[in-house]
Amino acid sequence: MCPAVGISTTVMNGLMLGTAVLFVQVCSSCTIAAIKNYIHPRIRIPTYTLTIATWVTVIDLVLSAYAPEAYKAMGIFIKLIVAFAIITMRLEVFACKNTVAMSFWDGLGMGLGFMFGMVTLGFIRELLGMGTLLGHNVLGFRPLLFFALPLAGFFCVGFMMAIFNYVELVFNRRKKRRG
Amino acid sequence: MARLRRITYLTLGFLLLAYLLVFSGCAGSQNRFIKKTSFRGTHSILITFAGPVDEEWATKASNYRVYEKPDPDIVLKISTIELSTNRQTVILHFEEPLNQNQPHMVTMRGIMTEGKSVGTAIVKVRKLYLGYLFSILIGAMLVQNFVFTKYLGLCVFFGTSQKRSTAVGMGVTFTIVIVASAMMSWFLYQFFLKPFHLDFLQIIVFIGLVSLSVQAVDTILRKVNPMLFKAFGVYLVLVIANCIILAVPLILADNEYNAAESLMLALGAGLGFLIALFLMSSVRERLELANVPPTYRGLPIAFVVAGLFALAFLGFSGMSIF
Repeated sequence: MCPAVGISTTVMNGLMLGTAVLFVQVCSSCTIAAIKNYIHPRIRIPTYTLTIATWVTVIDLVLSAYAPEAYKAMGIFIKLIVAFAIITMRLEVFACKNTVAMSFWDGLGMGLGFMFGMVTLGFIRELLGMGTLLGHNVLGFRPLLFFALPLAGFFCVGFMMAIFNYVELVFNRRKKRRG
Repeated sequence: MARLRRITYLTLGFLLLAYLLVFSGCAGSQNRFIKKTSFRGTHSILITFAGPVDEEWATKASNYRVYEKPDPDIVLKISTIELSTNRQTVILHFEEPLNQNQPHMVTMRGIMTEGKSVGTAIVKVRKLYLGYLFSILIGAMLVQNFVFTKYLGLCVFFGTSQKRSTAVGMGVTFTIVIVASAMMSWFLYQFFLKPFHLDFLQIIVFIGLVSLSVQAVDTILRKVNPMLFKAFGVYLVLVIANCIILAVPLILADNEYNAAESLMLALGAGLGFLIALFLMSSVRERLELANVPPTYRGLPIAFVVAGLFALAFLGFSGMSIF
């Protein structure tokens, strides 16, 4: 949730962080699914944490070596993927009970979902804040410069949640009318 | 009896704190001939010598070399040098204003006094140390508040800010755990990871340390003080899910803080989180009674409120104390 507010200012940032999360999710899901029979149930949570930390270290080092610019823009958020509750939750709920292949597809789905959310947020904020998309000038002017501020992420997430709530509300109302 | 023990613990803790403050503050080598150094105004550094120095030596700019401690390659340009009438104090004026948040190093080559040399001196110039520590504390608490200006720890922030009592419980527990774990990870980083060049393991080591210390606090509290455990035990698990607790050791490692500075940053981060939770929960308790549009009820309005708070905290930016 934290990076959704902090660094989803552009599509590119959202895409990069989404990719990193996708990678970590898929890799740690597969790892846990592969070694699930050797983990004592009482120390499973620390094992998950350490597995995720290992893969985060990998992506952290890779990004700092091959994409130093983007790495600098994202700052500390890449390292903080470790504290993501969704990844741990997915390992606890799915990966420790299923095969490697199943866990791979599950991790891919979760990661793509997160990436989609981040890119959508980045799309809205970049378009409204800077009038650009992926660095290309699309609108030619800046509609609401406010959205380029990092703190506008709070408002943006709030509005998006409200929209989802509205859709759900309308859907439920129609269902009731029909039923 | 129990009261006496508590007082003893408090005293011991205070002594430890004072020890850390005093001894980490005095670190840094000083030449015996130099009595005092300090910043003066925005553009100058004042150096006081133990005895009179020769005017010919003192007014020559090439005898001095001044740089900020983190960047030894960038030498600051001296515009004029002023020598007092008793020839004991020298004021170096610089062309550009000094960044007084960084300690500056001044190298003086071959200091001449009454015709003879007393050798080269390298001295550190820094602001009043306690003031500097205080500015780190206030900085982490308000100016760079972890929730409202760094956007960290949001999951736990929104999860526990519904009721004021929950918010305070979470904030207090978090402050205690973060101070303990940040100090431990500072120690581990400075004395184990750095000397053995294991920096790349920092994420794994820090997260392991945090979960270990949370587990330890949980076990100890359960045995020692069941009442306190009943009040705060629920929040202990949530502490691990908070990314601030991992962010602080990483920031400490990046900035190479010493023990006292680390303590202040961790304390500031904890207190800042407590303040943020308290403010937010006060507003959300009122929001329960307000007439919010149905689509905004619950989390969406909480996000908008947090955004308004962040906007307010933007007013602190650029502020510096001391």
